[in-house]
Amino acid sequence: MSNAPVDTGRRRFLTAATAVVGGAGAVAVAVPFIKSWNPSAKAKAAGAPVEVNISKVEPGQLIRVEWRGKPVWVVRRTEAVLENLKSLDSQLRDPASEEMQQPEYAANPARSIKPEFFIAVGICTHLGCSPTYLPDSFGEQVEGVTSGFFCPCHGSKFDMAGRVFQGVPAPLNLVIPPHKYVNDATVLIGEDTGAA
Amino acid sequence: MVKNIIDWIDARIPMTATYNRHVGQYATPKNFNFWYFFGSLALLVLVNQLLTGIWLTMNYVPTAEGAFASVEYIMRDVEYGWLLRYMHSTGASAFFFVIYLHMFRGLIYGSYQKPRELLWLFGMLIFLVLMAEAFMGYLLPWGQMSYWGAQVIISLFGAIPVIGDDLTLWIRGDYVISGATLNRFFALHVIALPLVLVVLVFLHLIALHEVGSNNPDGIEIKKNKDENGWPVDGIPFHPYYTVKDIMGVAGFLIVFCYVLFFMPEGGGYFLEKPNFEAANPMKTPEHIAPVWYFTPFYAILRAIPDKLVGVIGMGLSIAVLFILPWLDRCKVKSIRYRSTIHKINIAQFTVSFIILGYLGVVPATPELTIAARIFTFTYFAFFVALWVYSKNEKTKEVPTRVTH
Repeated sequence: MSNAPVDTGRRRFLTAATAVVGGAGAVAVAVPFIKSWNPSAKAKAAGAPVEVNISKVEPGQLIRVEWRGKPVWVVRRTEAVLENLKSLDSQLRDPASEEMQQPEYAANPARSIKPEFFIAVGICTHLGCSPTYLPDSFGEQVEGVTSGFFCPCHGSKFDMAGRVFQGVPAPLNLVIPPHKYVNDATVLIGEDTGAA
Repeated sequence: MVKNIIDWIDARIPMTATYNRHVGQYATPKNFNFWYFFGSLALLVLVNQLLTGIWLTMNYVPTAEGAFASVEYIMRDVEYGWLLRYMHSTGASAFFFVIYLHMFRGLIYGSYQKPRELLWLFGMLIFLVLMAEAFMGYLLPWGQMSYWGAQVIISLFGAIPVIGDDLTLWIRGDYVISGATLNRFFALHVIALPLVLVVLVFLHLIALHEVGSNNPDGIEIKKNKDENGWPVDGIPFHPYYTVKDIMGVAGFLIVFCYVLFFMPEGGGYFLEKPNFEAANPMKTPEHIAPVWYFTPFYAILRAIPDKLVGVIGMGLSIAVLFILPWLDRCKVKSIRYRSTIHKINIAQFTVSFIILGYLGVVPATPELTIAARIFTFTYFAFFVALWVYSKNEKTKEVPTRVTH
């Protein structure tokens, strides 16, 4: 052992260098732990698009299909319902679909490719419950509107184009998933590119 | 012979010294009342949860396919499985019941004040971990309420700007709540959080024994010691309070066992009815309410008609409790010697909390939403008012010796 005086500057440098290298190591080790929480390859693969036959949907009827584990609604709207949509703008948060809750081709007043068929992810944009379709009794929620969607969890209300009403907890319109019509009777949910 | 063994151990680890420091010669104020039962009861419930929890994992299957059926299997086919599960589920509600009363005790007697701030903070962290533990545990039976309750709570993180959506995806590990979510919640519920909880309880006790227990008079008994250095108002924890706590345990167990054997579902509040139906991602139950111990905070979330502000409001309602020791600027601890305005403030806070709890259980109507807004306001007003009046509060004179 030498009796040389302690070089505090050198000691401090070595302490700091060790701490930095050790810290970088700890951060690097944290990566796999954090990344392993992301959706697995299997979960991602399960997000494949689904085909739906819409030829047997009656006017006013709602059918549910599962896409990426979520309920997707297909509703066949009547002329009266479509007509009614135009009168609601002043009661809605985002009547013109300015927020990107839908693909560009659905950023129209009916929020759909074909006005007759409304296709949306049936998950409330508030906290993820699935709203209830009220084909006849929506008037109890919004006066003068016969049909709409009412979320039982926190009382959010949506019109028949999935547009959210003002004064409810949900901030955004319902999500329109990417979709395309393969032919008149079949719609593909989850994909909108490539030849139809 | 026994003495030799003890001496042999004491020469190697401080067994006797530790026992004396924390039990045998731990000086406890001699004026503890009813409110001081709940600390030891919380420990009892913790042991109950750990033991029954370990036994439940022996038959539970943490997969989306097997979870619901395995809980039914435990209830019907495993010998005494029903009892172990009900002990665990009733224990969860009992845990919050006991903890809320324990926190209320701290609130009225000023047990969070200097020098017990850290003790309070450890306690609050325990409360937080307990809430996470209860939330994750509730997903495991994979019933309808498990599923949609988790859906709602995880979506709360989606309110965070920019990173919200990716964060919820990361927490769930899938595009919806799925088996991946169930598995990770199981891991956190049975290993990670219990470890954290036990460490926090240990720190809570160490912090308590370092500064000494507060008491209903809010007097520091350490300020008045006899010639041997023993506080004149202190009595050793054992046998005095061990015996008293056994009384508390007996009383608690009577109530606990009544619930356990005669109303394990707690009228639909401890185990909610939709949870007897397996999780169905396509269909939300008609009325979603969290288990009763979350409802005061849930009512605050629901009262605010904006997603992000609602989430912030709910977070703040819990966060503000953490800084309670610094909001209360009064030097007098116990409610016994504090001003009338303080008594009124604590009373209105208690009422607000209970009413919010009720409002969080029932479906929201426009009238009830307004009520929830009013009581959300009074909940937060408690803290603001406390900070304002406690600076120059007109208090009564605190005696030098404890009364009882």
